[in-house]
Amino acid sequence: MAVMRLHQTPLRRWPVFAGALLLACSAAFIPATFCAQDTVFTGTNKGADRIRIAPANFHAQSGDAVGLKQVFDSVLESDLKNAGVFDVVSKSMEPRAEPSAPGDINLAAWAGGNTNASYVAFGNFGITGGKVMVNAYVFDTHNAQYPQVIGKQYVDAASEEAARTIAHRFADEIILRLGGGIPGIAETKIYYVRAGGGTKEIWTMEYDGANPHAVTHLGTVALSPRVSPDNSRIAFSALGKDGFQIRVFSLLLDRMVNFNSAGGTNISPAWSPNGQLAWSSSRSGDPEIYVADASGNGARRVTSFRGPDSSPTWNPKTGSQIAWISGRSSLPQVYTMEADGTGVQRMTDGGYATSVSWSPNGQFLAFAWNRKYGPGAPGGQDIYVMEVATKKWIQLTNGMGQCDFPTWSPDGRHIAFAVGSGVRGQIWSMLADGTEKHKLVAGDMPNWSFR
Amino acid sequence: MIVMSRTGRRTTQGRMYAAISTSIVALLLTTGCHKKSKAPLPSTAPAAMAQAPTVTLAADPVAIDVGQSVTLTWRTTNANTVSIDGIGSVDPNGNQTVMPSTSTNFHITATGDGGSAEANVRVTVRVPQPQSSGSSSNLNDMGTDAAFHAAVKDVFFDYDSYDLRPDAQSNASQAATYLNAHPAIKVVVGGYCDERGSAEYNLALGENRANAAKQALVSAGVSAGRIRVVSYGKEKQFCTEAAESCYQQNRRGQFNLDR
Repeated sequence: MAVMRLHQTPLRRWPVFAGALLLACSAAFIPATFCAQDTVFTGTNKGADRIRIAPANFHAQSGDAVGLKQVFDSVLESDLKNAGVFDVVSKSMEPRAEPSAPGDINLAAWAGGNTNASYVAFGNFGITGGKVMVNAYVFDTHNAQYPQVIGKQYVDAASEEAARTIAHRFADEIILRLGGGIPGIAETKIYYVRAGGGTKEIWTMEYDGANPHAVTHLGTVALSPRVSPDNSRIAFSALGKDGFQIRVFSLLLDRMVNFNSAGGTNISPAWSPNGQLAWSSSRSGDPEIYVADASGNGARRVTSFRGPDSSPTWNPKTGSQIAWISGRSSLPQVYTMEADGTGVQRMTDGGYATSVSWSPNGQFLAFAWNRKYGPGAPGGQDIYVMEVATKKWIQLTNGMGQCDFPTWSPDGRHIAFAVGSGVRGQIWSMLADGTEKHKLVAGDMPNWSFR
Repeated sequence: MIVMSRTGRRTTQGRMYAAISTSIVALLLTTGCHKKSKAPLPSTAPAAMAQAPTVTLAADPVAIDVGQSVTLTWRTTNANTVSIDGIGSVDPNGNQTVMPSTSTNFHITATGDGGSAEANVRVTVRVPQPQSSGSSSNLNDMGTDAAFHAAVKDVFFDYDSYDLRPDAQSNASQAATYLNAHPAIKVVVGGYCDERGSAEYNLALGENRANAAKQALVSAGVSAGRIRVVSYGKEKQFCTEAAESCYQQNRRGQFNLDR
């Protein structure tokens, strides 16, 4: 719905009312979640609705296609629900019909009654010669003359994985077309740490928690996976005989590739949008932030202050700023700087702040914050989002345990994070306003792919 | 997978992403005030007429004993940025004194409008071999773990701190006395943190703790080349109860024989 308002409202107007809303929210900190309700989405408080879309069950072209078709149907429905921009019609509210092709659909039946859908997604799903072929459509129920918004054909191997992939691609097409021109995230991946048997390995899964599987089998403690912007490599840190060092795994070559660390403890890598790495290295005897190319060559030091410096994150929009965590003034705080080390700004005003992640549009920082940290202090470590320009923040989690490692989805609409750590850790996902939280898998330190 | 589009193309829509820069939270928080955008990093594509950079790197002397220093000298032409691995960005021409503890390849990269150039120099560090056995047990005998731990006690730290407390200072000087009397011993210092706080930050903090313990030994006359540090952060907990007594045991610099 937010996106629809943007479509319909001249762009230059929305910062004004959104700014007024922000002041209203931050003036009274407590109702942050209250502010995160309807007014957040519309900015107008006039109740603009999310787009109501009905995913029809697809028509199986033959009996042997039914099983995979059901996988496709459920993944498509789940993707549309997860997108955060749709009001998805429950299947029980839909007409008892599986329209197979444009000629089959009775638009009035989908537009009216309890269904009341603005759009309907439908089509057919067949298997021929070991291949799946899906013809998929989205129709506007209120445009009888030219109802077709999307018509696509997908062909892939007849496997469950392929059925899921086709559903993800069709969902992303719908989200792109109806959700304000922002590419969907149904085809994105999350990399994370999975603990067990005294070791921690790097795992990956689909954005919705499906198909979790190990990437590394190093038999040691591997932490802080970060996937490169082109999805070709994962940088992480792993414990070896010289302590923690940056390691790089090539997803294309399916093996480790070289990284030059040059001494000290080397942890918490972060990819810039153009493929450089920033990380924390103690080669000088004190952990500082360094920047180098993807192989660790040409390293240059960008921080210089006594105390721990770790967990850099690049501004993905500009590639020219870095936020990171520094203990230069005792407890760790969030700071930002230009990538050459100039213009250092402290962002958090106290407590214990860690694990900062910069939003794709460059405007926000998400981080874990324990605002009253200390022995015996009340409260816990929760996920917060801060606007970089104003340092105003909102709290997105509360009372669900020790939250850490927020990571933005590439569309900026979602944040994944860890609750608990180690073998007890869980990875959760939520919309970036803190709503629609749900658990994905057991794990820790999630990192959402750039695309 | 084959995908055939029958409708509009994705690229047009994709551009709207940057233009709108929409997110749900954006609507909540936006004031329309963006952080200043900077131009992307300069392209590395060589300019048409730019001269290729050159670089030379020399070390004097090229072979040393442990504890001695070497002067690195470099000269470049047509370079905008020059860096030496392990040292970082440096002036286009200059020299620096370094004290490597092991044989090291120093690698310099000079980058300019006309491309980049690299050079290497190897410094060999002669590590003294233990004397033939029998003359003095101290010189080649690292002793037993039990004897080591009896004399070299762990040092403990306050909450979120890597400053040595008075009790840690006294442990460190006692350890240094033992180590100075047993020159064959090499030490690895492990830096540990309690389970609270964040795993990444605690690895950095553990590094500071281990280095503080190492520095105390160095100040008391133990050669830095004998001491290695490893930070374990909160990845290797000594105990796991959520109580201060356990947290304290985890917040430590732990000395071990580095065999």
